[in-house]
Amino acid sequence: MIAAAPFTAPALPAALVPARGGATHAELFASAQDCAGAAFALALESQRAAPEDERPWLWVQDRASLRQTGRPYRPGLPPALRHRLIHVVTATPEDALFALEEGLRCRDLAFVVGEMAGNPRALSLTAQRRLSLAAEKHGVPLWLVRVGAQRDLSSARQRWALRPAASLPPRWNAQAPGTAAWHAELFRARNHPPGEWILRDDGQALVAQPAQQSTDNVDLAGAAGDRPLAAG
Amino acid sequence: MSIWLARLAIDRWRLAEGLRAGEGADAAPHALISDTAHGPRLTATNAAAQEAGVQVGTMLTDARALCPSLAVAQADPAGDRAALEALALWAQRWGPWSALDLPDGLVIDVTGVAHLFGGEAGLIADATQLLARRGFKARVAIAPTAGAAWALAHYGPEGAILQPEDSLDDLPVAALRLDPATVLVLRRLGLKRIGELSGVARDALARRFRNHKAPAANPLIRLDQLRGRVPEPLLPVLPVDVPLVQRRLMEPIRHRSLLDQVLGDLCADLVRVLEGRALGARRLELALWKVDGEVLQCRLELAAASRDPTHIAALFGRKLDDLDAGFGIELARLRAPWTEPLPLSQRDFEAAAEMHGTSLAACIDRLSIRLGPDAVRRPVPRASHVPERAQRWVPPLAGESVSQGDLPFHTRPLKLLDRAEPIAVLYASPDGLPRRFRWRGQVHEITRAEGPERIAPEWWRERSTVRLRDYYRIEDGEGRRYWIYRNGLPDDGRGGVPEWFLQGLCA
Repeated sequence: MIAAAPFTAPALPAALVPARGGATHAELFASAQDCAGAAFALALESQRAAPEDERPWLWVQDRASLRQTGRPYRPGLPPALRHRLIHVVTATPEDALFALEEGLRCRDLAFVVGEMAGNPRALSLTAQRRLSLAAEKHGVPLWLVRVGAQRDLSSARQRWALRPAASLPPRWNAQAPGTAAWHAELFRARNHPPGEWILRDDGQALVAQPAQQSTDNVDLAGAAGDRPLAAG
Repeated sequence: MSIWLARLAIDRWRLAEGLRAGEGADAAPHALISDTAHGPRLTATNAAAQEAGVQVGTMLTDARALCPSLAVAQADPAGDRAALEALALWAQRWGPWSALDLPDGLVIDVTGVAHLFGGEAGLIADATQLLARRGFKARVAIAPTAGAAWALAHYGPEGAILQPEDSLDDLPVAALRLDPATVLVLRRLGLKRIGELSGVARDALARRFRNHKAPAANPLIRLDQLRGRVPEPLLPVLPVDVPLVQRRLMEPIRHRSLLDQVLGDLCADLVRVLEGRALGARRLELALWKVDGEVLQCRLELAAASRDPTHIAALFGRKLDDLDAGFGIELARLRAPWTEPLPLSQRDFEAAAEMHGTSLAACIDRLSIRLGPDAVRRPVPRASHVPERAQRWVPPLAGESVSQGDLPFHTRPLKLLDRAEPIAVLYASPDGLPRRFRWRGQVHEITRAEGPERIAPEWWRERSTVRLRDYYRIEDGEGRRYWIYRNGLPDDGRGGVPEWFLQGLCA
């Protein structure tokens, strides 16, 4: 009898497979016109979630990101996650940072998603570093979605740029939008070479395929090997 | 109930001598003296001395001239006071609380307890008998107010009980608990009985004593207290037991290291006692009994109430450096005579949270304390097919309400805008679906669309002018997926040309 191989592991790039025992602080840059950042994070987390895991998870939004990209809608959330959501709305980015850190320090949370709009002064390198350390110390993954933000300094272990990708046409109605797809660019990571992928939700699992490289320097960086490229 | 221990000081002297009334030294004239600037003065006399004509308050030399055989002893006001406090606690057998009535009386609240002793007369008989058995001569009276009970105990008949129809008008004005100067003033005014005060116009008396704020100097205040017209709060006596721990040692210890260990144990015990009462020690006394009968005393005071055993042990340790244990120490006792309230605190709350993470409830508490209770919520489904009503927000730890099942929706967006935003249709296909629209100043080209999904308003709760909605799930040229709807139909008669709105952002 052949042991059942992990179904999705080969399809996902190594950067998306969680390191053993290590929770990462990932930063997702997304536009304010769509919700690709949060959707990407939730797709990955619902992929990773063990079926018996019933721990709640935290979604922190500051007021600006709530106004721009909307409020979580339970019927549209991934089924594995929708009943475990705890949603926090904060008036200021400072409060959002506080809520994120409190969430990271809580041992009963599965993961924490933060959404912050723009480049607030409070989200400095120091604040980012606090979040990184708290996430690693308590083993709670953090997905910090930066809505319509510039790529400023950060201590995130992985930094992604996300935008929606054209979906594949569904089987029965080619005119309808298909399941979700994203164009994910890993432009800085501590333990992985950068790369670009198209991630799709094929109905059962996430599949990734390398995106067509638009520039050559990404190729060069990819060939450089498995060394840490970014210090922080 | 007021108890007047008329001869408290002399009774205490007699009991200390071990005599009964009228026997031994008590049969001869005897007096207690206190030293004043002009020489010794009598503060109390016994019955034999009173028969001989000796009066309290005279100088000892004058009394000796009157009664050369007068024996004297030093008065002990502090001891009298301590005895009175002990008696006040003991007197709580007759009522829930008692107060001191210095220098030689007690006031006990007996409201509603007289039936336990067979009525008020039985209560008085019981009190008199028990006090007499302890060797004190007492006069007891019961009245509705403390002032009236005091007046009856001091100036009324023996064992008086004030009935509603009784009047205290015949008692002298001194029964109003006034100081001697005020009594003298009243006597000079010709007011000798309480009833005579009523004969004078009240505002005249008020004007005469308008500068006397103390109740003991103002007969009007005392009169109102006597009649219960103004409240008279009394300070009850409460027993306080000093936290005390001790260790009796099997073998006398002579070495410092063993003493340090005993001291550490004592401190830990004392801290446990203090913790149980939510107190912190300000003053500590350590007593060490030596085998040869000597007691070593060591005391220290703390700047602030403390309950830290290592801190206390270290402070004592420095004082025990030059201790002479002699043949050994057999008993060690630690007391905390002065304590202050010190609330229990979680010492390592932050540290534990730092090490192991907080619990979910603690995390929610911190979030909702800082951000407000409405900021932290979770969505639960609601049985409605109108998109914005299909979920509602409840407190984060509230359970989901029981339902037969969620409504099965077709694909729904990941996020919903709080208010659907209108979009401007730039170009529409013949069936009405926009092909190009503008939202937030940006033009989107629809490449694929699915719909319509027609959602009618809930007619049982909305007005009849609310229009139905046709929802479309769309994807634009850059792969962005939205959920838009047309509000109404062109010919539904509920408004003009239908408008388009963008309500949700799909994954």
